[in-house]
Amino acid sequence: MRDETVKLALPAAGPATERPISIAIVAMGGQGGGVLTDWIVELGESQGWVAQSTSVPGVAQRTGATIYYVEMMPPLGGQKPILSLMPTPGDVDVVVASEFVEAGRAILRGIVTPERTTLIASSHRSFAVTEKMAPGNGVMDKAIVSDAIGVTAKKEYIFDMNALALRHGSVISAAMFGALAGSGVLPFPRESYIEIIRGGGKGVEASIRTFEAAFEETRNPTAPASETRKPAATGLPSGTAGRGVEPLVNRLRSELPAAAHDIAYAGLAKVVDFQDVGYGAAYLDLLARLHAADRQHGGETKNFLFTVTAAKYLANAMAYDDVIRVADLKTRSTRRARVEKEIGLAQDQVLQTTEFMHPRIEELMGMLPDGFARRLEKRSGLVRWLDARVNKGRRLRTYSLVPFLMLYVVGGLRALRRRSYRHAIEVDHRDRWLTAATGALAKNYQLGVEILQCRRLVKGYSDTHARGLSKFDKVMAAIALVEDRNDAADWARRLRESAIKDAAGMELDGTIETIKSFAVEGISQGS
Amino acid sequence: MAERSFAREVQDLRLGDGDTFRGEGILAITKGLLQSGVSYVGGYQGSPISHLMDVLADAQDVLDELGVVFQSSANEAAAAAMLSASVMYPLRGAVAWKSTVGTNVASDALANLASGGVTGGTMIIIGEDYGEGSSIMQERTHAFAMKSQMWLLDPRPDHECIVRLIEKGFELSEVSNTPVMLEVRVRTCHMHGSFATKDNVRPNFTIKDALNNPRRDLGRIVLPPAAYEHEQEKIHKRLPAAVEFIHNNRLNEFIGPRDGKVGIVLQGGMYNNVIRALQYLGLSDAYGNTQIPLYVMNVTYPVIDSEVAEFCRGKDAILMVEEGQPEYLEQAVSTALRRRDINTRVHGKDMLPMGGDYTAQVLLEGVRTFVDKADPRLLGNRPPAPNADDVLGHPVVQKLKAAVPARPPGLCTGCPERPIFAAMKMVEEELGPHHVAADIGCHLFSILPPFNIGATTMGFGLGPASTAAFNVKADKRSIAVMGDGGFWHNGLTSGIGNAVYNKHDGVFVIVDNFYTSATGGQDILSSRASNANRQTNNSIVQAVKGIGAQWVRQIDRTYDVGKMRATLKEALTTEAEGPKIIVASSECMLNKQRRVKPLTARAIKGGERVVKERFGVDEDVCTGDHACIRLSGCPSLSVKQLDDPLRDDPVAAIDDSCVACGNCGEVAEAAVLCPSFYRADVVHNPTRWDRFKAKVTMAVIGFLQRRRERRRPAFGIAA
Repeated sequence: MRDETVKLALPAAGPATERPISIAIVAMGGQGGGVLTDWIVELGESQGWVAQSTSVPGVAQRTGATIYYVEMMPPLGGQKPILSLMPTPGDVDVVVASEFVEAGRAILRGIVTPERTTLIASSHRSFAVTEKMAPGNGVMDKAIVSDAIGVTAKKEYIFDMNALALRHGSVISAAMFGALAGSGVLPFPRESYIEIIRGGGKGVEASIRTFEAAFEETRNPTAPASETRKPAATGLPSGTAGRGVEPLVNRLRSELPAAAHDIAYAGLAKVVDFQDVGYGAAYLDLLARLHAADRQHGGETKNFLFTVTAAKYLANAMAYDDVIRVADLKTRSTRRARVEKEIGLAQDQVLQTTEFMHPRIEELMGMLPDGFARRLEKRSGLVRWLDARVNKGRRLRTYSLVPFLMLYVVGGLRALRRRSYRHAIEVDHRDRWLTAATGALAKNYQLGVEILQCRRLVKGYSDTHARGLSKFDKVMAAIALVEDRNDAADWARRLRESAIKDAAGMELDGTIETIKSFAVEGISQGS
Repeated sequence: MAERSFAREVQDLRLGDGDTFRGEGILAITKGLLQSGVSYVGGYQGSPISHLMDVLADAQDVLDELGVVFQSSANEAAAAAMLSASVMYPLRGAVAWKSTVGTNVASDALANLASGGVTGGTMIIIGEDYGEGSSIMQERTHAFAMKSQMWLLDPRPDHECIVRLIEKGFELSEVSNTPVMLEVRVRTCHMHGSFATKDNVRPNFTIKDALNNPRRDLGRIVLPPAAYEHEQEKIHKRLPAAVEFIHNNRLNEFIGPRDGKVGIVLQGGMYNNVIRALQYLGLSDAYGNTQIPLYVMNVTYPVIDSEVAEFCRGKDAILMVEEGQPEYLEQAVSTALRRRDINTRVHGKDMLPMGGDYTAQVLLEGVRTFVDKADPRLLGNRPPAPNADDVLGHPVVQKLKAAVPARPPGLCTGCPERPIFAAMKMVEEELGPHHVAADIGCHLFSILPPFNIGATTMGFGLGPASTAAFNVKADKRSIAVMGDGGFWHNGLTSGIGNAVYNKHDGVFVIVDNFYTSATGGQDILSSRASNANRQTNNSIVQAVKGIGAQWVRQIDRTYDVGKMRATLKEALTTEAEGPKIIVASSECMLNKQRRVKPLTARAIKGGERVVKERFGVDEDVCTGDHACIRLSGCPSLSVKQLDDPLRDDPVAAIDDSCVACGNCGEVAEAAVLCPSFYRADVVHNPTRWDRFKAKVTMAVIGFLQRRRERRRPAFGIAA
């Protein structure tokens, strides 16, 4: 089974036994790697081979990346082979990865090489903490791993073994065992694998079902599930739209360029869902004005990128996250249906959910009429007193009558929304942002687009929202420093990206310092 | 109850003559001890020998049958002190711990033991936690063996060899009146292999016999003038006796041809990887038939000079394969040869790296350099050796290198320590950062993202002691974190007692999760479970009060983040003098789940009404800022990309591994994050009242929902 034979002056140890078969299992601690390792060892021993496994359990392994290693080889005339305790780069026959990025990590260890290694990997992702904690999207691009697999693995068997195992009521180790069998890299019959699972005792039937399915998937892969996004369900329909929104959709078609149709339709749906048809009309009014500016500044040659970007971020800005919206979303029937599906509620079970709310006086004042709230805000003592009454954690049992009614009533307050204090603040902020973007458009088209995208920084609730706003303000102020430079758009993008990367804003401050250094320099040179 | 049960495996400890044992190295070692007729065993858990302690705990029946006493030691010093039973009596005893950390703690007792010497065979199983996967500082136990003169066994990674060395090691200990250390590396401990077993041996002199017939001998006690005599005895009697025994019993092995221009001297533990390296060079086959003479030191201290001389005589050069630094063996070998005026060149650390794992790849390079220099003809046709350099240098792989996120270990799903650090993080935001001394245990993961809390760690149970210097009045107080394991290991006296006595003004957080969780969930004094063989349920709060602490707060549910935060804040700001001690208690979730899960499953199956909880995130309420994750890091709290063109950032999502510890909800509430979390309670086997209530409520709710949905303009899509 080895393609190169070590030339020894010694008598050859025998055909096909020059070197052991080596199998590395890369996994995260506590996710089935140990079970799979034991199965493989038992499998080897059941075939009369000598098998040795090693691993590093203990605290160093808890949920972290870890590696199990197996070598196996038939004995020769009573002589046991001497087996290694760690994989050697360039000399591993099979790498089994229980998660996709772990396959990438195995490549970086040099244990996946084109001459030798069959890579069996589950395509699902389990994100690392650093990927999850970024305030924006910190998730690694899977294509980077796929590309590396393409140039390193001799053969690859990659599919979502986790999902397959779940479908068959078992865990990933059984799927990986099935894929190992299906790959045919070990010279053992399929039945011998099943015998090993049978000997295990617990959950045997589900494990075997999973094994069989993974074996089959490895031998005859179903059409690869495309990783590309499905056509958005929110695209502009070709026919007539639903009740009450027909005129809006017609306006959208006639007033906006084709490039913006789908995204504007999604945006329109969002703002109408947030408030009402009138608010949807306001959205289209604003968008039409932005589009006019776009056209005026040569947007046609840019495929109206400004309009397209505005359609997206304007909708998000208009459908801000307030108490009314949260209460509305929490009390919808679609929400209940989604929860039921997520937890897999069975027919004879009863579901209740508990909400964790922590309203502050700010949220309450946000719902009050604008003028009244502004007068109230001036009386800081009273506000503090009120906050002390309001500001605490409140848990609501969603599907009990009284709490549901409370949420339902708040969710129904949208009639008051457009006169509320919060709405006034949002409108003011929105207008300043749009003015800045439109203003930039005249000088630098791309800068206008970048400023629109900065809206992405504003999100979250209470403190997080406040921090997002302050980041937004910082970025806008820094953009103002460079707006006359040719590379202003580039700097705007960099500012936004550094703001989204870390929560504390250290990176953003660093970028701003850089800008200040040359901005000041530029001024002194210019004078 | 430990994290892993060996109930099935311990049956293998009963195997006898003619049977074959198959299993983990640790179990093979335990079997070796029983075959050697030990009277007592003990030790302290820690990777890689935690499983040894677990096996012993699960093997109580087998031990009882043989009359073997098993003690869980309070710490490694206690374990080492236990070996004093073999000083006066012909009792064989063995203890085990993680090294070098455990050996550091045990050194005082070991030095005393080694000075006076032993009558019965004593063996210390050393789990050498060195190299990749290690969780401690990188040092060698070798130095301890030399300084106190204890023999150090380093057997080949092969069950047969290890078990033989254990049996012979006890004899060696007895003929030379010296404690023996058996060093096994991380992977060897967890290596699956096999060996032919023998019957277990009942000790013919038991602990009971010793108690009933006490003996004393002033000459064995470390006090002048006996202490001076001990040293002379070590040099003139014990060492020669050991050298003779090791040589006569051929504990070290000469493998391969006797003669050759070159040879390799190696620690036993390096054998498998050396053979693999030789194989890559075409100098051995897979079965260890090597063309180069090998001298395998299964005993690395003492070095048997006569054997070294015999091996080197007539060779141009040898390579000393010795993992770790400094190069004690290379120095010893060089001295042995110089004294005899044997002019064989000695290579070692000049061709192999000074530190780090000696993997097959590292050895391949070193041995190739050596043979290339000393006898290049041997390399002959030079078969292609495995090499991943091309692959690793590929631009696509370089790109991957820059992109792959680190995946350090972290707190498990539902860990009760998470809310403690979430609370600390919130207090930090309010009162600014503080000097935080960390300790050894799962809680040390606080130093990593997302918490990034903790400045130093000075050894197990020494977190509180390591803030001792920070005992001055300042605007801020120091915070020390210590686990219950560290507390009972020594922290009660070294940390809390010390702080009380010195009127330390700092804050001391004791993380009590009912087990020594980091080492695999062994019981300790304050464990809440009842244990047939031990007295548990001894309160940490009472212990610290008993030692004189005045300001003590007990938090009985760490998941109460609000209370945790308020208590921490109070401790940092109170006018009260002396140490501020917070005992934060909740059961280790890993252990709890192991305990509770089968019970719940059985109850549901049996038709009982059971409420199962899980947390979830409303994806349309979540804005994707991930503030919740920055205060959690829970494996079950992840992110997912929505199929929504208006969204840039993935939203938070909770998968079905959630155990409903409550941290998410508590943190969202305490930190005023966002209202997107919900807890879903699913009632299995609901009562008729449950069903009736739900039906009525949902009828009303459904009516209201339909009413509002009818009025909503329809886009045919949900927002």
